[in-house]
Amino acid sequence: MTTLKVENLSTHFPTPSGVAKAVDGVSFSVRRGEILGLVGESGSGKSITGFSILGLVDPPGRVVGGRILFHGEDLLQRSPEEMRAIRGRKIAMIFQDPMMTLNPVLSIETQMVETVLAHEKVGRAEARRRAVEALGLVGIPSPDERLSAYPHQFSGGMRQRVAIAIALLHRPDLIIADEPTTALDVTIQSQILSEIQKLSQSLGMSLIWISHDLGVVAGLAHRVAVMYAGKIVESGPVDAVLDHPVHPYTVGLLRSIPANLERGQPLQAIPGMAPSPVDRPSGCPFRLRCFAATAACHAEPAETMDGEHAWRCFHPQSEVAA
Amino acid sequence: MTVFVIRRLLQSIGVLFATSIIVFLGVYAIGNPVDILIAADATQAERQAAIVALGLDRSLPEQYWIFLTNALQGDFGRSFVFSQPAISLIFARLPATLELAFVALVIALVIGIPLGLIAGLKPRSVTDETIMTGSILGFSLPNFWQGMMLIMIFSVWLGWLPASGRGVVGEVLGVRTSLATWDGIAHLILPALNLALFQLALVIRLTRTGVRETMPLDFVKFARAKGLSERRIVLVHVLKNIMIPVVTVVGMEFGSLIAFAVVTETIFAWPGIGKLLIDSIMVLDRPVVVSYLLVVVTMFIVLNLVVDILYSVLDPRIRLRDAQ
Repeated sequence: MTTLKVENLSTHFPTPSGVAKAVDGVSFSVRRGEILGLVGESGSGKSITGFSILGLVDPPGRVVGGRILFHGEDLLQRSPEEMRAIRGRKIAMIFQDPMMTLNPVLSIETQMVETVLAHEKVGRAEARRRAVEALGLVGIPSPDERLSAYPHQFSGGMRQRVAIAIALLHRPDLIIADEPTTALDVTIQSQILSEIQKLSQSLGMSLIWISHDLGVVAGLAHRVAVMYAGKIVESGPVDAVLDHPVHPYTVGLLRSIPANLERGQPLQAIPGMAPSPVDRPSGCPFRLRCFAATAACHAEPAETMDGEHAWRCFHPQSEVAA
Repeated sequence: MTVFVIRRLLQSIGVLFATSIIVFLGVYAIGNPVDILIAADATQAERQAAIVALGLDRSLPEQYWIFLTNALQGDFGRSFVFSQPAISLIFARLPATLELAFVALVIALVIGIPLGLIAGLKPRSVTDETIMTGSILGFSLPNFWQGMMLIMIFSVWLGWLPASGRGVVGEVLGVRTSLATWDGIAHLILPALNLALFQLALVIRLTRTGVRETMPLDFVKFARAKGLSERRIVLVHVLKNIMIPVVTVVGMEFGSLIAFAVVTETIFAWPGIGKLLIDSIMVLDRPVVVSYLLVVVTMFIVLNLVVDILYSVLDPRIRLRDAQ
């Protein structure tokens, strides 16, 4: 059962210095109840991919090509009103910074009840009851009392729980989580992670977990897709990709995690910086920073598949060098 | 909250006391009213009698002391010109000015906020450019000139509205107001519009800036991701956030509305305190000027307090702290 299938998605932003190809021909799919980790550096296009699915790309940016099949139907063909009805009900999103996602001047009750009423014709009392239930679900103590509080009366971790509760109100088929634990303390982070894991299992929801933290993705996701410069360079089951990375970029990412190395050894950072989205090198976008690059890399690498494990590289690494 | 209000009121007394000294000294420095009040051909004896009758023969500290002790008993002196208590002169004219300023404020908000929203939601569109150019005119054209143009267009050329006076004043719930009769409203429109134009331009700009700053914030995007309608996002999520700066500035500016009313009242012959003040300054009618300024200072203090209280209603993060 495929919940979401993204085919060849491209989202471009016109800028004074040229067209920024934030997302440049991305394809992946998410099955029912599956957690997909979408990994990459800042600016690799992973968040824009999430916003493209919801139809929330800020103008002047827009989706210029591809298909986003949600239960087999292309979301790009939907009218704005149809998309509004899908957002928050069928597909929900959780943002990175919980300090910024809740409106500071509206009570939690207002912000939750309006979400219920935006999609269903129920009474206020019923909407409120569901809000209390959702807050209880994400582990907020005495939810009935806390409902009337304002965002500034909650800590960062609690606010993120509220945001998750809002996302859960309509039991969506898919939640897109855009680095939801990055801004939190490590202890709070692991609590939230285990809550999300439990909830997605018990409610049968699919999850796209956008992150730059391979450690989090390794422990949470079933499958992982590694993005670089607007493209997915490697994807597959989480064990295959993280234990036997094929693309030099994935190899580099794994090598730059301190825990993977012996103590005292210098960290092996990937040299250079991600290319500017308006001025990317021809062929493989990673070739200028790649240790394995050759003249062949001036051509665009095609996708190679090994079972579910897929990559785009002329010089696949058979084993992790480290 | 209660402690906050009480402490604020105690501070206000200090402010009023300080103001009374400054105002008294200032008015004393402007000139000697006797030169204006007494006929040029009066004898020295008549002149001396007038000086004694007005209490002007005493030293400055003495005059201030007498003023202060009387003021504490509610007596702000008698007008040299009208021979009536100055404070009752002012209170007789104050409602007309407050009415004018209030209607101007309502016009500024009711027209300004929607225009600012429209401009801010479609930045750099033709509508936005038109509204913003219009607001520049509201800012930069002199108030008195705007007033005369309004009279020329609507009273002289079109003949739709009367050019001066307050019209027939009716009574609503014991308050005498022009708003009670159609004639009164017709008389009120032009001066209120004249007084509102500057505030209107200000409200448009504040609202537009607020919208431009708030729309890209995460909570707006999150509201969209929740599936809320654009209408609810703008009218609830965005508007409630931008009302905070709007209320701050407009609350403070309500004082300037009363101050600016001096110009508007003069142009439209509106019988408010602004006109009374100008007339009193011309003839150095000290008690009226002093009382007027004290009344205005009191109004500013009250407005400040109201704005502070409105804050805590609009922004839950601000609670009026009782401590300290």
